[in-house]
Amino acid sequence: MTSELNRMTIAEARDGLARREFSALELTRACLEQIKLVDPKINAFITVCAREALEQAAAADRRLAAGDAPALCGIPLAIKDIYATRGVRTTCASKMLENFVPPFDATVIARLREAGAVFIGKANMDEFAMGSSTENSAFGVTRNPHNVERVPGGSSGGSAAAVAADECLGALGTDTGGSIRLPAAFCGVAGIKPTYSRVSRYGVIAYASSLDQVGPFAKTVRDAAILLRTLAGHDPHDSTCSARPVPDYESALTGDVRGMRIGVPKEYFVAGMEPQVETAIRDALASYERLGAKLVEISLPHTEYAIAAYYIVATAEASANLARYDGIRYGLRVDADNTGELYNRTRAAGFGAEVKRRIMLGTFVLSAGYYDAYYLKGQKVRTLIRGDFDRAFERCDVIATPVAPTTAFKIGEKMADPLQMYLSDIFTISVNLAGLPGLSIPCGFDRDGLPIGLQLIGEPFAEETILRAGDAFERTGAVKRRAAIL
Amino acid sequence: MPDNAYEAIIGLEVHTHLMTRSKLFCGCSAGFGAGPNENVCPVCMGMPGVLPVLNRHAVELAIRTGLAAHCEIAPESIFARKSYFYPDLPKGYQISQYELPLCKGGYIELPAQSEGTEARRIRLTRIHMEEDAGKNIHESGASLVDFNRSGVPLVEIVSEPDIRSAEEAGAYLRELRSILRYIEASDGKMEEGGLRCDVNVSVRKRGASEFGVKTEIKNLNSFRFVEKAIEHEVARQIDILESGGRVAQETHLWDPVREMTRPMRSKEFANDYRYFPEPDLPPLRVTPDVVEAIKTSMPELPADQRARFVRDLGLTAYEAAVLTQDRDLAAYFETMLATGLKNHRTAANWVMTEVLRAINETARPLADAAPLAIESGELLKLVETGAISLNAAKTAFAAMCKSGKGADATVAELGLAQVSDESAIAAACDKVIAAEAAKVAEYRGGRDKLFGFFVGQVMKAMGGKGNPRVVNEILKRKLTA
Ligand SMILES: [Zn+2]
Repeated sequence: MTSELNRMTIAEARDGLARREFSALELTRACLEQIKLVDPKINAFITVCAREALEQAAAADRRLAAGDAPALCGIPLAIKDIYATRGVRTTCASKMLENFVPPFDATVIARLREAGAVFIGKANMDEFAMGSSTENSAFGVTRNPHNVERVPGGSSGGSAAAVAADECLGALGTDTGGSIRLPAAFCGVAGIKPTYSRVSRYGVIAYASSLDQVGPFAKTVRDAAILLRTLAGHDPHDSTCSARPVPDYESALTGDVRGMRIGVPKEYFVAGMEPQVETAIRDALASYERLGAKLVEISLPHTEYAIAAYYIVATAEASANLARYDGIRYGLRVDADNTGELYNRTRAAGFGAEVKRRIMLGTFVLSAGYYDAYYLKGQKVRTLIRGDFDRAFERCDVIATPVAPTTAFKIGEKMADPLQMYLSDIFTISVNLAGLPGLSIPCGFDRDGLPIGLQLIGEPFAEETILRAGDAFERTGAVKRRAAIL
Repeated sequence: MPDNAYEAIIGLEVHTHLMTRSKLFCGCSAGFGAGPNENVCPVCMGMPGVLPVLNRHAVELAIRTGLAAHCEIAPESIFARKSYFYPDLPKGYQISQYELPLCKGGYIELPAQSEGTEARRIRLTRIHMEEDAGKNIHESGASLVDFNRSGVPLVEIVSEPDIRSAEEAGAYLRELRSILRYIEASDGKMEEGGLRCDVNVSVRKRGASEFGVKTEIKNLNSFRFVEKAIEHEVARQIDILESGGRVAQETHLWDPVREMTRPMRSKEFANDYRYFPEPDLPPLRVTPDVVEAIKTSMPELPADQRARFVRDLGLTAYEAAVLTQDRDLAAYFETMLATGLKNHRTAANWVMTEVLRAINETARPLADAAPLAIESGELLKLVETGAISLNAAKTAFAAMCKSGKGADATVAELGLAQVSDESAIAAACDKVIAAEAAKVAEYRGGRDKLFGFFVGQVMKAMGGKGNPRVVNEILKRKLTA
């Protein structure tokens, strides 16, 4: 029994712990065992927090024994290494922060602590969340648990891989242009990017502030709903965070999608998509019809401008967000005779190639004389894309699309061509630009056994609707969760 | 103006700290005097992942400043990131306001600068909010940074190029400081970096309609330096133009030791700040009710008080201007009047001479340098009733400054009370008339000028305490009798 505990869902473990069938310590040990066993093959973690996790688990057991177990008591989670964790080094997968130990917790980390969660380790990612494959990490590539020659997707690849490989029960990621949904799709797990402002960003190392959003990975939609309930809600430390009350997402999972109008945007079924991906998506849509949902063809006409707008807005914000890594107060410092040279050497040594590329791009688009042509235009495109979705949601309740045009690609395959890499996010980026919630769920496998992801997009704050739709599909059993082959 | 054929065109950008308890975007103390890096937290240290939360009180003080300067308060303004690298700037950008500032337009009215001159209005372009940076310290070969000041709220008050001389720039700064103190937005203390100034200067031939090329002088931190720097820069520009040269559009730094400006190296200012809207802060919305509530809580402003002093108390514009340079000084004057003084101008001049002298001589704040205003008032009342002479009052005041004792006690202690008792004065007069029979005869023979001599003799006989008015009266009666 004990050896299988790490394979449980959060809902199962929650019940088992409540019934005292096993202890939080046993559950955490099972995850740590699995990490010992499989992480050398997939490198999902930058830092494994065995000692802290066992302490947290022991504390969880005491609370369980005392009968005051909070929502996630004793549940082992992987935390993307972008979250500030008090006393535990937080690298953002960068040499720049290799030895940075934050003196504070991110708001969501504090919430999870309060909810009794166990932090099993800090998960690998693309450096500063810039990438779609988790290949841009100063701590090595994370490999896809379904095929270690393939990428796990990015930037939250470590979190997705850790969940897929049963190294934990759930995980935290962040999503700026698809960084939760793409790795969820590539690794065959559920991942949700909530509405912008639904979850506090305080203590989440910023990449692109107006796009970044916190979200969970889980083995099931139900588990994602359970995690989101704890994560979401107002935070006085984040002025952009919504004060809306947080619903009980789990209770929205009725399995009933009868009458739900599912919009299918014609712009998302284009040449270049792998036929197996399209087939899997079409099959999933057919399942929804069988469940009583109605399919509606919709149009999102400005989709083709999304990637360009994204790389302007995101890199502009990133160029300012990453200016603080100057070697003066914390993090890497490469000494020099004068301050200017100290900056140059520190930043040259501390940042990887993709981060430098995006800082330069962002600096350029904000430069005097270019601001109107790029940044301002990017923001205008953003408004148009938001308008596309507003109009589409007049005709449907949920929009269904593929998460990515392909399944997980080979490690190294796109590293030489950043533009090809950027296209991996073609179906996810618009959702960030519009600030909408998006859920990624497995909807099939290709011939090589690689997972295919279905994206369900909702209106602002309609997390309940997309979770209900995702859960209803999951209940059909059309796609069996396939254990990673490791 | 060194050369009267030219006029100077001057605009000022004044940065001043707002007197809030906590910083602009975090809960750290905004106070001074703490040890290095004691008032810091992850937010004002620019740690990874932190976010700003706007301090409501700072916004209120900025709105007060805008209302006091007759600005339009924007119902929606936005914060922007101003990017540049400097060790004292923890995030690599300063959160400021750029395109949509909190306050637009407005003006500062400069009071009369000397007897007989008129008030002048200097228009404002805008007032916006921003955060301060830390402080670099160079010590024993090391460069250190103190982040206590990082994130302290500032307003930047930008004037139109309406100022025409160094003296006027000084007057503008003094009036601005006075306003800021009246509304308790800022203490305007330059020594703590509480008030800093950048100056834009150009010159043009008098009567020309186009502006000349301007230079910017950065980071002046005393009123005297502002005036000196402008004088120097105006003279320098006129020299260049007179010798057929062209003024270069440059940024200069003021060298307070050599008392001259020098151009900054291009590297020091060639910044493209890459402003863009701060995504971590929603637009700042200010409703009309909030503005209205702040308006009703505003104290009387220096300009209004000046107008009232002239209108209701009969002071000259200049007297009113001097008194309202400082809120405490004006309050001192008004408290003196509250004791029931009838001669307002005497009281005003008392404050302008005796009280200001006490402040200047001791270099201490009013409350420490001078006796309580109510005691100053009582002292002048003794002059009004004739109990003491004005000179005796000055003597008493000097003693009160040191002892802190009251007017009556001091006058009694120093024996300064005048003798107004007619019989005592008459007796003294009789004695002098009897002793100076020859001179009395001369006087009565027509030498009127001798009257002063008799007054002097009577006063001498009375130890200087005779009430001069009564002495004059009785003496005249007795001499002509
Ligand atoms: Zn602070």
